[in-house]
Amino acid sequence: MKEMKKPAVEQDTNNHESQITGAEALLKCLIEEGVDTIFGYPGGAIMPVYDKLLDYSDSLRHILTRHEQGAAHAAQAYAMVTGRPGVCFATSGPGATNLVTGIANAFLDSVPVVFITAQVTSGLIGTDAFQETDILGISMPVTKWNAQVKKAEDIPDAIARAFYIARSGRPGPVLVDISKDAQFASLSYSYRKCTYIRSYNPVIPLQMRDIESAAVMINHAEKPLILAGHGVILSSAADELRALAEKGAIPVAATLLGLPAFPNKHRLFAGMLGMHGNYAPNVLTNQADLIIAVGMRFDDRVTGNLKKYAPEARIIHIEIDKAEINKNVRVDLEINNDAREVLEALIPLVRQVSREKWIREFRMLDRIEYEKVIRPETEPDEGELRMGEVVKTVSDLTEGDAVIVTDVGQHQMAVARYYGFNEKSTLVTSGGMGTMGFGLPASLGAASGNPGRPVIAFIGDGGFQMTIQELGTIMQYRIPVKILLLNNSFLGMVRQWQERFFNSRYASTEMVNPDFVTLAGAYGITAHRVTRREELHEAIKTMLAAEGPYLLETVISREANILPMVEPGASVSEVTLTYR
Amino acid sequence: MQQEYTISLFTEDHIGILSRITLILTRRQINIESITASESAVSGVQMLTMVVTTTPDMVNKVARQIEKLVDVIKVFVHTNQEIISQEIALYKVTTSGLMSGSMIGDLVRLYHARILEVTPEYIVVEKSGSREEITALLAFLEPCGVLQFVRSGRIAITRQVKELNAYLKEMDAAERTRHEPSEVYN
Repeated sequence: MKEMKKPAVEQDTNNHESQITGAEALLKCLIEEGVDTIFGYPGGAIMPVYDKLLDYSDSLRHILTRHEQGAAHAAQAYAMVTGRPGVCFATSGPGATNLVTGIANAFLDSVPVVFITAQVTSGLIGTDAFQETDILGISMPVTKWNAQVKKAEDIPDAIARAFYIARSGRPGPVLVDISKDAQFASLSYSYRKCTYIRSYNPVIPLQMRDIESAAVMINHAEKPLILAGHGVILSSAADELRALAEKGAIPVAATLLGLPAFPNKHRLFAGMLGMHGNYAPNVLTNQADLIIAVGMRFDDRVTGNLKKYAPEARIIHIEIDKAEINKNVRVDLEINNDAREVLEALIPLVRQVSREKWIREFRMLDRIEYEKVIRPETEPDEGELRMGEVVKTVSDLTEGDAVIVTDVGQHQMAVARYYGFNEKSTLVTSGGMGTMGFGLPASLGAASGNPGRPVIAFIGDGGFQMTIQELGTIMQYRIPVKILLLNNSFLGMVRQWQERFFNSRYASTEMVNPDFVTLAGAYGITAHRVTRREELHEAIKTMLAAEGPYLLETVISREANILPMVEPGASVSEVTLTYR
Repeated sequence: MQQEYTISLFTEDHIGILSRITLILTRRQINIESITASESAVSGVQMLTMVVTTTPDMVNKVARQIEKLVDVIKVFVHTNQEIISQEIALYKVTTSGLMSGSMIGDLVRLYHARILEVTPEYIVVEKSGSREEITALLAFLEPCGVLQFVRSGRIAITRQVKELNAYLKEMDAAERTRHEPSEVYN
């Protein structure tokens, strides 16, 4: 097959095309796409680009992370808080392979990040040259699209395509691999944004017939339930979701990444779905007669045992990615389109009703969960500190108006369960991949993208140490992230599973940890440790009021469990409230 | 229920697209029984025909995942009843073996095969037809000593599908009438 051809674009009428190098062209393209921040790490093959970066430091800020994985996560978080694609640079070979976890993480959570990797000189490609790796082949399963550029004149077109593909349709990461000689060579620079690719049609015409069918199904349902996913946020459909829910009196349950899509204090908010989700939405999924899934993909952590999932319900699936429809759950009506467009069209056709009886069923189960799980977790009178009370205190003090970043594990579920998200909240977490080590680099990316908003990173002692080197980045750029370390000296989620499913045999889950307060001090980061309940509230207030970066270590109960739980193989309605 | 499907698809003529397609099938542990790649009737558009054996549910899932690839234009899934397909095969057999008895006559009359080259040592026979017909001829030639045997993958033409050109026109039309994309990530 031939190399990628340039589309036939009309000749640019201005004749002031300047001869610049490929490296400089790359930076100009990024500026054209509205980029102002790049996360990255230099190395041999990408040196021409970094050299030019010095000349563009007025318009392009480069944040040097301490590891390429950190740059990848930071770029993703930057995209999640700004709504603009993140950009990440890495050199060839190990630089490129170190990105892979970050690329895969962005891919599973549908976040647009443009990864630029450098490649060895084109004549050496394929020869196992020093620091050569086939990053195109390696990244293929975890990118929405990737391409290699070996000629300077092909750089603008590749970058234009990369941005168009990354942010349109179901967003996702893309990678452009640029050989070192292409960075050095000259080209006549002109830039044209990409708006169309023949084989790729991210915008789908709305089928009114389907919308009408959906309205009929909703109007006839007695126990409808909305499942809101990340797609609601990606398509800016939170207002429409709320309007639909209120008009049709439909309870809204959310996936992890969908939590900020609906105010968690709203009377129609049913809670989080799935394995460590709330009691009511899990139990009542199996009583609902209609499920309206919006921008979510029926992940196994959400559905539990598929054979026993929502047996009473007809299912409407509103989803921009056709490949997600009928992938895990068979649906009755598929609406393959953008969530906001669909909801906008649907709202006028849905009848204004009240469903007090159905909503009361949620409230009844909520009360049971509150008594058995939530109150002991968030308002304990005695014993060691609990994750839930830490999260709840932050939630109360910030009133949802914050960028909340998490790592992965028990603390992540505690945040999902006990932070009260609303329209002012942004949640940056690793959903599909469950990447430990995501939190710290993501927090610096989030804070770089959204100066002025508080960024609070909840991180466990395990995940913290996976990417702890990024404290160096936070120090160098004085990034004002508030790190809330929940330290139980265990890999808590794995320990919980060992306790429950492996007879409490704690194989390699106990951690001997450093003194985190001293460690933060070495990086010039103010830090404080809390072990007692009486100090918690003040300590969190102090952290939130601090100017620069701050680390608050909370020493929490070593062997606490996250409940409720839909255990592996169980149906969502068999959700366990207690282990006793 | 597993059955044989022919997946025909049209792609842009870009490097790497075949890898992306096979990755999707590999991940689901679907074996590609045959694959043919060639230029289509439209310049710059590549056509791939693959034969796989799997369930109806799975073939639809992978077809959607393949169609989602940026460089893939359109994917069609067909059962054997919905297509007319051919394979081509070349057989190299010993001249002495084939010349004995009435084999040459049967070859042409019963099997509709063609003879491409004759040398004192070997004869090259060409046959196009279904997989079964090609296998049957192989069995027929076996007694006279088959020195070499090669067969192509399947090529298929559909009974009811619209012309590719019509799809390409539809795609361009959709582009012209498209709505403004959402605010996020633009």
